[in-house]
Amino acid sequence: MKTSTLPDAPRAGRLKKWALWIVLILVIAWSFTGMPLLQIKDNAVEVAGAMFSGLIHPDWGYVWTGDGEDLVSTLLQTIAIAFIGTFISAIISLPFAFWAANTKHKNWLVSRSGKIILTAIRTFPEIVLALMFIKAVGPGAFAGVLAVGVHSVGMLAKLFSEAIENMDGGAGESVIAAGGNRLDVTMLASFPQLLPEFVSNTLYRFELAIRSASILGIIGAGGIGTPLIFAISARAWNRVGIILLGIILMVTLVDYVSGAIRKRLV
Amino acid sequence: MAELPKKPFAWQKWVLGVVMVVGLIVSAQATGTNLPMFFQNFGQFTIIFQQMLAPDWSYTAYVIDPLIETIKMAILGTIIGSVLAFPYALLVARNIVTNKWVVGIFRFILNVIRTIPDLLLAAIFVAIVGIGPVAGVITLAIFTFGMVGKLFYEAVETIDEGPIEAIKAAGAGKLEIIRFAVIPQVSNYFVSYVLYAFEINVRASTVLGYLGAGGIGVFLQRALSQFRYDRVGLMVLVIFVVVLVIDYVSGKLREALI
Repeated sequence: MKTSTLPDAPRAGRLKKWALWIVLILVIAWSFTGMPLLQIKDNAVEVAGAMFSGLIHPDWGYVWTGDGEDLVSTLLQTIAIAFIGTFISAIISLPFAFWAANTKHKNWLVSRSGKIILTAIRTFPEIVLALMFIKAVGPGAFAGVLAVGVHSVGMLAKLFSEAIENMDGGAGESVIAAGGNRLDVTMLASFPQLLPEFVSNTLYRFELAIRSASILGIIGAGGIGTPLIFAISARAWNRVGIILLGIILMVTLVDYVSGAIRKRLV
Repeated sequence: MAELPKKPFAWQKWVLGVVMVVGLIVSAQATGTNLPMFFQNFGQFTIIFQQMLAPDWSYTAYVIDPLIETIKMAILGTIIGSVLAFPYALLVARNIVTNKWVVGIFRFILNVIRTIPDLLLAAIFVAIVGIGPVAGVITLAIFTFGMVGKLFYEAVETIDEGPIEAIKAAGAGKLEIIRFAVIPQVSNYFVSYVLYAFEINVRASTVLGYLGAGGIGVFLQRALSQFRYDRVGLMVLVIFVVVLVIDYVSGKLREALI
């Protein structure tokens, strides 16, 4: 019996594949150049060990002290920053979303300019924004709220505008066919279609805002980040451990609840 | 005339509404939110913004090197994280590993990693390995691992089971199944996810330096602490251009792949 061999892949395809691999390897090799990969602190292992032992022996006494600087209070403040920040950004996002949505009644240039502005907002580093707000309103959670509120617009308005673009036009046409005016179309056709989508997007953004809010404290914008950065610079690893556990628990809980609500919505 | 059926009383909506309002009031108090105060001080904010709108162009020559370092950090972090995530994703995919315990435990670890924000990882790794781009690369690698690992295993779980059964029937072992039945089905998705992670990493890497993890963030932090907002404006602009270019290139590559 003759064993048959598989035919070779087409030559042009193979060449392209090889070229891509070579380019990729060259890019990676280039990235390694100038990287001081061996320049690691002498006591790195020691510090990592201390940190690990701090993680498994967390400072339980810090969970609740009642002075407002403890873990539970700052975690709740973090959630509050994300909550009100996301709420503000949802309100700001609405007009931006209608601006940037590329619907058929609108000039292409208008929606294009809206999209570019949203990209600019998304790219503007949140930390820089928070520092600017700290200059305006002083250090504290309020600066964090403003930073989350403005920064989230970039992504939230983009998601909103995509929901508007994907909206089914049929419902609106039926309202017009039944004798409705523009307001009826908005209230009876567009609004009921968009609302669940908007709420779902906002919840998703809230999950991300929780993560932002827990790091903005590093620069003094309130929340759990402030005690964390103090604990790291004081090398109080037991406290770092309990704060990390707290953040992981908080994010997991918020993700779970928000995910469950989102599943029921859409 | 026929009446429309009445809507059932939607108590859930009311509960949600009340929770929202109470949440807003409590949050406003806990954070000291005071919008009138913000609008009073709005001048302060616009002054900074105006300074940023007049970028210090002469500083461009100084930010090119850290910018390249940032991109290198993003590339290395993406590659290392993705390479580690690939076998891990196979380990936590239910259709590859059938042991419930193994899947459950390793998925739990992946989920825990995914909850830690990137800057927080940076703060920790700067403390461990010291100031410099190495801390940034490790941070981005772990961040990518969490993000891509989840996307990978979800892709693996949605593949067509037919080819697996076919080569299993022909006597293939686990490795052969992965090589000939799984990888050909998911490789395009994987590449697309890696590019997506790279786009996110470029954005993330620009601020990691703020905590000492290398790249342009180091210069950003320096300019901010010296109140040189004209330089900050320049760097924000440069970052914006780089992100746009990389998003465009990566988007084109992804389109070409799928």
